[in-house]
Amino acid sequence: MSSSGLDANAAPRLQLPGVRTAPLAVIADATTGIVSDFFEWFGSIGIFFWQVLRAAVTSPFEWRELIRQLDEVGSKSLPLVALAGSAIGIVISLEARYSLSRFGAKSMFPATLVYSVIQVMGPVITGLVVSGRVGAGIGAELASMKVTEQIDAIEASAINPYRLLAATRILACILMLPLLTLAADACGLLTGWFAQSLVEPLSFHQFVESGFKGATFNAFLPPTFKTAVYGLIIGLVACFQGMRTKGGAEGVGRAATNSVVLASLFLILADVVLVKFILVVFP
Amino acid sequence: MGAVQTISVMHGEQQGDGEAPVVAVDNVHRCFGTHNVLNGVTLGVNRGETLAVLGRSGTGKSVLLRLIIGLDRPDSGSISIHGVDIARLTIDQMSEIRKRMGFLFQHAALYDSLSVRENVEFPLRHHRKDLSPSERADRVMHLLAEVGLVGDPNKMPSDISGGMQKRVGLARALALEPEILLLDEPTAGLDPISSREIDNLILKLQRERQMASIVVTHDMLSARTISNRLALLDKGSVVIEGSFEDLERSDIGFVKEFLKQ
Repeated sequence: MSSSGLDANAAPRLQLPGVRTAPLAVIADATTGIVSDFFEWFGSIGIFFWQVLRAAVTSPFEWRELIRQLDEVGSKSLPLVALAGSAIGIVISLEARYSLSRFGAKSMFPATLVYSVIQVMGPVITGLVVSGRVGAGIGAELASMKVTEQIDAIEASAINPYRLLAATRILACILMLPLLTLAADACGLLTGWFAQSLVEPLSFHQFVESGFKGATFNAFLPPTFKTAVYGLIIGLVACFQGMRTKGGAEGVGRAATNSVVLASLFLILADVVLVKFILVVFP
Repeated sequence: MGAVQTISVMHGEQQGDGEAPVVAVDNVHRCFGTHNVLNGVTLGVNRGETLAVLGRSGTGKSVLLRLIIGLDRPDSGSISIHGVDIARLTIDQMSEIRKRMGFLFQHAALYDSLSVRENVEFPLRHHRKDLSPSERADRVMHLLAEVGLVGDPNKMPSDISGGMQKRVGLARALALEPEILLLDEPTAGLDPISSREIDNLILKLQRERQMASIVVTHDMLSARTISNRLALLDKGSVVIEGSFEDLERSDIGFVKEFLKQ
């Protein structure tokens, strides 16, 4: 024993690292949780998607539930989507007329309206409206079932919940989004033409002929069918958020909110990629 | 502490000649984070027998039932249903096993968008496609009568009492004529009269159907009424297993304390 009272033969005390002060280390320490949560979320939704896909391609498929969901996603969203499409048509009509007049290009109005609605605004607005209505609905419904053990009861009844609940809803969203987009486009073009006709009379025949002049199916079908990808995003995110809920009423609210926010965000990001893809594949 | 007294005397049922248990839980462990919920649980239930699993709240009783029905997987150990180890089965493989099992959840877990009739019909609609709609309807009404439910079967779950919801849950669990019945706190939240009615109903069904049943409860009176054997859990382990009289004769402190209720 030394005079200081310390045993020279004792094992050295463990030196724990203190708070790191280097800038990169500070950023790394602060974001470790966020980064790991980010990758964990994507990993979990990837596994969820695989489980749904496996369930969807094995029998027995839940046709009755699919038909019910087609009605829930499609027909019940139609009024809201038609209203949104109509509003967009009027807005584009007003903005386009003003802008084109400034550049002496009023004759381009029909084509401007047609291309704006069908290629850009119609699909995106339809996707965002359905994300809000259907995404929140699916997220809340499945979350509520999760916290009240109804999903466990389905599984305990020897029924695959991924097949009954998730696959049907996701497939309904994939199938209905393009059809709803067509409806939104139709309403947008009608109201856009009508708004223009109030200022400068233009027959509908003339409007259609001028607007679709030189257009091919390649110009309009890919933007419409890209909404099937939106449907996949909305259905997948909402089902995932709902079926993984924890925490009672608060969890249900969080699932509904997250379903809408995340589906809308991924939908917009996907649009960037899809637009580029369409421009390359369908020049 | 922790020594297991396994009393091999069973009330009223003989273990068959070399007959394997219908449900066999062998050295099962399950933990959530750092919390060891189940710590080496070993149990077996034979056909026609009712095992009551007792213990304080939070000792892993419901977790054990969830492991047996396959809603969760053990960290180690095995669970066998009719000799098949279920721990590594896929959902669809497990579904085949579950068609022979019925589960009554603690809060009944009725599908709130379906009526009472549709709830009971749900497993029949999916698994008995050989039945015509009228045959299915007849079977549903028979099941509801069997659990003592009279009145309008088109009511929604939110329109009926807790006791009636439990009966509907029980009817749904019996729809596929299971060989194994799992009941999670069947009398929880019910008044004493309703609790005894549910107990008598379970006893009657057990006598008629001769299922292998596991009942999780902390209601000693209920356990004593409906079970042949009791297993008492504490801190994730089986402290004692045997008849009620065997528990009364035990000199383990926790058992004596538990029986005082």
